[in-house]
Amino acid sequence: MLNSPYITKPASVSAVMFKVLAALLPGIAAYVWFFGAGILLQIALASITALAAEAAVLAMRGKPLGLFLKDGSALVTAWLIALTFPSIAPWWLIVLGVLVAIVVAKHLYGGLGQNPFNPAMVAFCVMIVAYPQLMSQWPAAGFTDFAAEFRAIFGADRHLDAIVMATPLDALRTVLRLPETRATVEGVLGSNATFGNIGGRGWEWVALGYLAGGLWLIQQGVISWRVPTAFLATLGLISGAFALVDATQYAGPTFHLFTGGAMLGAFFIATDPVSGATTVRGQIIFAAGIALLTWIIRTFGAYPDGIAFATLLMNICVPLIDMRTQRPVFGRKTGKTPDGRQP
Amino acid sequence: MRRLFGFWGGIKPDSHKNESTRLPVAKAPLPSLLTVPLRQNAGASPRIMVKAGDPVLKGQMIAAPEDGLSVALHAPTSGHVRAIEARAIAHPSGLAGICAIIEPDGAERWVELEPLDAARTSPEQLRRRLREAGLVGMGGAAFPSYVKAGGTAIDTLIINGAECEPWITCDDMLMRTRGEDIVGGAIMLRELLGARKLLIGIEDNKPEAIAAMRAAATRADPGLEVVAVPTRYPAGGEKQLIRVLTGLEIPYGKLPSHFGVQCFNVGTAAAVHRAVSRGKPLISRLVTLTGNVAEPRNYEVAIGMPVNELIALAHPQADTDRYLMGGPMMGFALPDLAVPVVKATNCIIAASPTLFPAPTPEMPCIRCGACAQACPAELAPYELYWFARSQNLGKCQEYHLFDCIECGCCAFVCPSRIRLVDYYRYAKSSIRAREKDKLAADHARERYEFRLAREEREKQDKAAKLAAKAAETKAKLARASAGDESAPASESDDKKALIEAAMAKAREQTTPALNTDVHRMTAEQQAQVTVAEARHAAATATAAKDT
Amino acid sequence: MITALLVMALGAVLLGAALGYAAVKFRVEGDPLVEKIDGILPQTQCGQCGYPGCRPYAQAIANGDADINCCPPGGEDGIRKLADLLGREFKPLSGEHGVEKPKSVAVIDENVCIGCTLCLQACPVDAIVGAAKQMHTVIAPQCTGCELCVAPCPVDCIAMVPIAESMDSWKWKYPVIEIRKAA
Repeated sequence: MLNSPYITKPASVSAVMFKVLAALLPGIAAYVWFFGAGILLQIALASITALAAEAAVLAMRGKPLGLFLKDGSALVTAWLIALTFPSIAPWWLIVLGVLVAIVVAKHLYGGLGQNPFNPAMVAFCVMIVAYPQLMSQWPAAGFTDFAAEFRAIFGADRHLDAIVMATPLDALRTVLRLPETRATVEGVLGSNATFGNIGGRGWEWVALGYLAGGLWLIQQGVISWRVPTAFLATLGLISGAFALVDATQYAGPTFHLFTGGAMLGAFFIATDPVSGATTVRGQIIFAAGIALLTWIIRTFGAYPDGIAFATLLMNICVPLIDMRTQRPVFGRKTGKTPDGRQP
Repeated sequence: MRRLFGFWGGIKPDSHKNESTRLPVAKAPLPSLLTVPLRQNAGASPRIMVKAGDPVLKGQMIAAPEDGLSVALHAPTSGHVRAIEARAIAHPSGLAGICAIIEPDGAERWVELEPLDAARTSPEQLRRRLREAGLVGMGGAAFPSYVKAGGTAIDTLIINGAECEPWITCDDMLMRTRGEDIVGGAIMLRELLGARKLLIGIEDNKPEAIAAMRAAATRADPGLEVVAVPTRYPAGGEKQLIRVLTGLEIPYGKLPSHFGVQCFNVGTAAAVHRAVSRGKPLISRLVTLTGNVAEPRNYEVAIGMPVNELIALAHPQADTDRYLMGGPMMGFALPDLAVPVVKATNCIIAASPTLFPAPTPEMPCIRCGACAQACPAELAPYELYWFARSQNLGKCQEYHLFDCIECGCCAFVCPSRIRLVDYYRYAKSSIRAREKDKLAADHARERYEFRLAREEREKQDKAAKLAAKAAETKAKLARASAGDESAPASESDDKKALIEAAMAKAREQTTPALNTDVHRMTAEQQAQVTVAEARHAAATATAAKDT
Repeated sequence: MITALLVMALGAVLLGAALGYAAVKFRVEGDPLVEKIDGILPQTQCGQCGYPGCRPYAQAIANGDADINCCPPGGEDGIRKLADLLGREFKPLSGEHGVEKPKSVAVIDENVCIGCTLCLQACPVDAIVGAAKQMHTVIAPQCTGCELCVAPCPVDCIAMVPIAESMDSWKWKYPVIEIRKAA
């Protein structure tokens, strides 16, 4: 016999996941416009691999296939991996990445809802450590030759000189750290017309696309506004503060917010409910922590973008954050009686 | 305009209230047999005063309140007591409870009623009247009203007309039709409690009820305030309504009266009025019949009416697959349709797969936190689920499981379709059972250790006595031999002494074999012995008669 | 070299003193492990484990003389708790000590009882009252269901009656998870 409640809101895990996928579309559209349709190939590759891997592992674990394949969580992971990997990376790189995410980061920890780390970010970190060079070859903005991208992805012989271009973050990091030059942020970003006005030509539009999708997710109630707000505010504040101190050596908030994976991280990665903090205060701490670590890694670290490492580092802290930020329950808050009577 | 406070969380399900308010309240006909459960309230059962075959009058007390939190029980109509026996009663367990089966004679002859003038009756007398009229909270918890009416230092009295659960409209219809009774009862309760303020909280999706209550309130006492509260489930929960109206939060383990607030359901207030100024006990109530039925409607139903005869009045549709008692959020599916309507029954919903679809399979929790956003008790339902599921009961308590009011908001919003409340109910009853077992085990351990100590003491006493006796005998023998060494009688003397010693030893042995416990029996044990002895005497008497 | 030795020696002395002080200052009275084990045991005092009561059995477990699966009234649940407490592997209940039964109480048929007091002496928790040549009765709430009174009765008038589920003892069941069922 079934017990109450007998009615439920029409919501489901798959609805949540497919809304997230839909919210990624504006960003993907901008991506295609500026960097060519190669990304679509990568997304397709990642999706197929993810579904196949999910099905295989579910079958091995003896879980109901239909139920879990339909939940869409594997697709979200796949799309995030495709969007964070270079769009001209060889096909096996993304396949390997997705396998790492689905098999290792997700199912070895118990599958949906059990993984302590964000699977897409695990994949990114593993791959950037294993193949640092391949993971840093990004297409130049405006390069939309699909045939060339196709060859780069599937061809055995990769002639990438014409395609590859340092991302703004990469360029900034490399040039500023050269001891002999007296380079400035202005000098690096300003001297290169391809870096656009805000966060790198093309990238700023992709970021805007993510921002639009993310705002729609908030409006839909899929994600909480606290996470992106805390993330963007922290990243903006810290980069702004350092830019105020020395604008020649530290890039300002607009650059940091609109370059690399900042928007993707704020709205789609830090908001992952499974591996993120769940309490209200915890979510703010979690997102702010990622932003802070991201800025530190971007500015002082050895890797071009720090979102993935920052996310994993904060994932580790989640149980502690959640435990320490439990809110006081109804009637147990101190000093909250309006007429001063103590409970 | 009164300042209202919000409460965290809550949900807005489809209200489905219009279905059952289209038709006016009707009186349900008497069934062929009424099944009146003895225990209908939180607390103890009353003592049954009638036996099978006894004639009863309508409103006659058939069970008297005894010690503990018990209230009286009355015959809902005139007729005969057919039996006093265990029958299935309305409870999710489907277990049986002792019921009085009453066969109505159709004459509806009332017992002699004794109305009271509230203004000229002492508070004690009024409270006794509430108890003897069988009044319990009619909002669902069925807590004895006389207890709640006895609070001291009450500042604000709240009458709960929020009725936030979907489908249920019995309070709505009561307010529309019997506003005077409710206001009258509310004022009596206010005087009884010495409350300064009297607020009637009604959800703003019931404009007719608000208008009717405002009209009744202005006629009776302009100081009485009818407050429209925002519609949001569970605004009708006692704690939530108190929070909305006064801003006070009543934690688990405390009563509203500790904070100078007391809260009664509108149905209870109306019943108070009837009990005092008309002398009529609580023998019927309004019940909403709704859901998958052709004619949803509110009925005035005698307590003890079997549910299956009641639902027939509303003509359930063919695809009805089960019946819910209470609302869809906190009610329960009836395991047996022969169960009777009780004082706390507010609604019977015919459920069909279209109205209440079977749940989709449970997915793993993705920690989205939607449940925490919806929880009016401001708990962390996802953590509680985790702990309850892994049977980590200690952690459940640490995360305030017992603050959960089982309103069902968390399960309502859960995208993974986890039946969260089931886990909390399981964990709560496990914790309660565990604590009970622990208490029993501690008690047993104490008694066992006491017994060991007693046996040890007895052994020592015995040893000491034997030693003393032996020494005495020895001394005697020594004396005897010293006195007359050559006497021939010494041998017999010797023997005599030995026999005496042996007899003493035997006496010693028989005495402690008796249950020494007899001298330390508690009143309870004594009573048990008396009862058992009476049974024994009766048994031997019958045995003697038989032979 | 000498300084280093001195430093090490001093360190050893200081640490030793601290440890010694702590051992005296924070000395634990009694054997908390036995208490803890005893707290898990059901206190039926039935002796089915082969020890005269729950506490002796707890002592035996703590000493390593007895296994954790010898207590039928505690059941699987009790063994699991003991395994958790002691960090041992769970074992199914050992058959030689009996089987898990529903919780029962002893009931004396008062028409048959001859008042021999043998059951009174057998009851480990003094839950039977009565006197010689007078009929006895069991105080149900205090009966642990140990069955020790059944065997001594010369007229076999004691029966073990399982406690029926009542409204007060009814429990919500553990929710059945459909996923697990399907898996």
